[in-house]
Amino acid sequence: MMIWVNQIVQGILLGGYYAVIACGLSFMFSVMRMINLAHGSLAIVAAFALYVLADQYGFNPFSALILVLPAMAVLGWVLQRTILERSQRGGMLVPILSTFGLSIVLDNLLFEQFGADTRSLAPFIDELSYDSWTITDDLYIGKLAALTFVAAVVILGGLQLFLTRTQLGRSIRATAEDPDTVGLIGINAKRVNAAAAAIALVTVGIAGAFLGMRATFDAYAGGPQLIFAFEAAVIGGAGSLWGTLIGGIVLGVAQSLGAQISPQGFLITGHIVFLAVLFGRLHLDTIGTKFRKTVRRSA
Amino acid sequence: MSQDPTVRVERWTLQSRISILAAAIILAILATGPFFFGNNAIDKLTTLFIYVILAVTWNALAGYGGLVSVGQQAFFGLGAYAAVRLADAGLNVYVSLVLAAVIIAAVSLPISSFMLRLRGGEFAIGMWVVAELCHLLVNLDSLVQGETGTSLIALNAYDADTRHALNYWVALGSMTAILVILFVLLRSRIGSAIQAIRDNEEAAASLGVRVMGTKRIIYVFAAFGAALAGALWLSTAITFQPKTYFGVQWTAYMIFMVLVGGLGTFEGAILGALIFFLIETWFGGSGVWYLIGLGATALVFSLFVPRGIWGWLERRFGLGLLPLGYRILGVPSATRMQTPDDGGIGAAPSVGTP
Repeated sequence: MMIWVNQIVQGILLGGYYAVIACGLSFMFSVMRMINLAHGSLAIVAAFALYVLADQYGFNPFSALILVLPAMAVLGWVLQRTILERSQRGGMLVPILSTFGLSIVLDNLLFEQFGADTRSLAPFIDELSYDSWTITDDLYIGKLAALTFVAAVVILGGLQLFLTRTQLGRSIRATAEDPDTVGLIGINAKRVNAAAAAIALVTVGIAGAFLGMRATFDAYAGGPQLIFAFEAAVIGGAGSLWGTLIGGIVLGVAQSLGAQISPQGFLITGHIVFLAVLFGRLHLDTIGTKFRKTVRRSA
Repeated sequence: MSQDPTVRVERWTLQSRISILAAAIILAILATGPFFFGNNAIDKLTTLFIYVILAVTWNALAGYGGLVSVGQQAFFGLGAYAAVRLADAGLNVYVSLVLAAVIIAAVSLPISSFMLRLRGGEFAIGMWVVAELCHLLVNLDSLVQGETGTSLIALNAYDADTRHALNYWVALGSMTAILVILFVLLRSRIGSAIQAIRDNEEAAASLGVRVMGTKRIIYVFAAFGAALAGALWLSTAITFQPKTYFGVQWTAYMIFMVLVGGLGTFEGAILGALIFFLIETWFGGSGVWYLIGLGATALVFSLFVPRGIWGWLERRFGLGLLPLGYRILGVPSATRMQTPDDGGIGAAPSVGTP
């Protein structure tokens, strides 16, 4: 019994990581109405950057973030101005195709540079990678996992405050509503979108750091991270910030329980729960429509 | 327009009659291939036919249907897996290959019912999730032995020369069938309906186009094509390792072929497959840089040449080898219909300039 409780707790904590990686994807979707298929690959780029700084230059991964996060922000800005902005003008299909092309380029450049070896940032953060608080004999909470979860809450809360309380945040929301009309009230939609992409990539950088610390990664690890981020974002309701955290937790708990059933269960259960939520939502929509129709008819 | 005696709507042009005849002659010559070529050349051409199937069916989904999937490897892998299973059950190998594709097309029908509710990027990645799930589930089969994989041992019944020739003929026949089916589909009401849906789903629905049913036909056709390609690939590769068949690189190849050749053009997808085949022959050995080049080319084409090489040729020279659209002749120049020059994918590919 305690084993299951422990698995659920671990799943919730894992959900914190998924929320971190999913919030950038969800944020970009809500602002620019596009899904960046290079999202996962960019997180791996950040993880490798942190690895190089830690391994070659002796940085602690946390202090290395001071260098990597601004670099990710610049990358986001440049990416938006050079590729994404242009692709969005081509209609709905082009962003999918161009960001997929970009992910292939990034993955294989990383492979070219770093080879097939798996890396981890765990050796550079000493006891934080394995330390935990023991609650009972069967229940423990890893310090890194707890830190990730807290970071997720802080990032989501920070984004929420930023979007509601700051001028730029309000501009981003206005641009998301109607990119053409905001020009009339003196907002430069291109700059606002570039700023949003920069912010999204900062969260991607943080996700890359946590991924590197809690697990191993290699050049081709971007694809699975994109899928997890997407699943968490969709389960939580694409475009909703706090929904991302709930989506992450649902995905994390599903995977964690699945892993307890069988070794392959981790991924399978995650995907099945994702599809079930998707199916359920569509089904509920149909029931909802029928219900509304019935109400209207009787009224 | 039809009342105007000076206007004539033409479907078959001299150009298209000649190109259909040429295509038939080329296919007939190709059919005699095994009598003249060595096994190496036969295998190469078989690979090319499989690429054409992949490109043409992915293009049907993305270029004509507006549904970009990054998960067609789901059906590619399932097609190969079903062929392994059918052959293991004692069915003739070549019957298994074709039957596998039919079964997977049937399997794709229930999947379509909720994947098609997703739009744009959500559909794209949703399909990838489906592919990952299929991969994991196939790994659970004890016959496949996880990532170790298995082989199509039943092919041993044929000696090497016969096997190469049969692979070739089955692949050529499959490619021809796929091309003919798509040609007929696109010339029918479904062809107009699916392109209308791609360009504007709400507007199409308001004109009475059956949106879901039409999308489903094109989705199942694309799944059938990918499954057939997977089964044929298995016949040439013999070994079945799930990782190879369910890998996302297949999507990368399909996107490359269709983008470079011409998204939403019938001839473009075939041209793209040919270009990809040549590039792979020349640069496939250069490993990682080859893949970086593929990704970068796809990126550049999607941004700067969204209608690909064929789309560019079509517009530049008014080419139209296949009678897929309508040509309007004798229109006074002031009201002459022209291909919309927006450069976007939504541009109607079938209306040619007279």
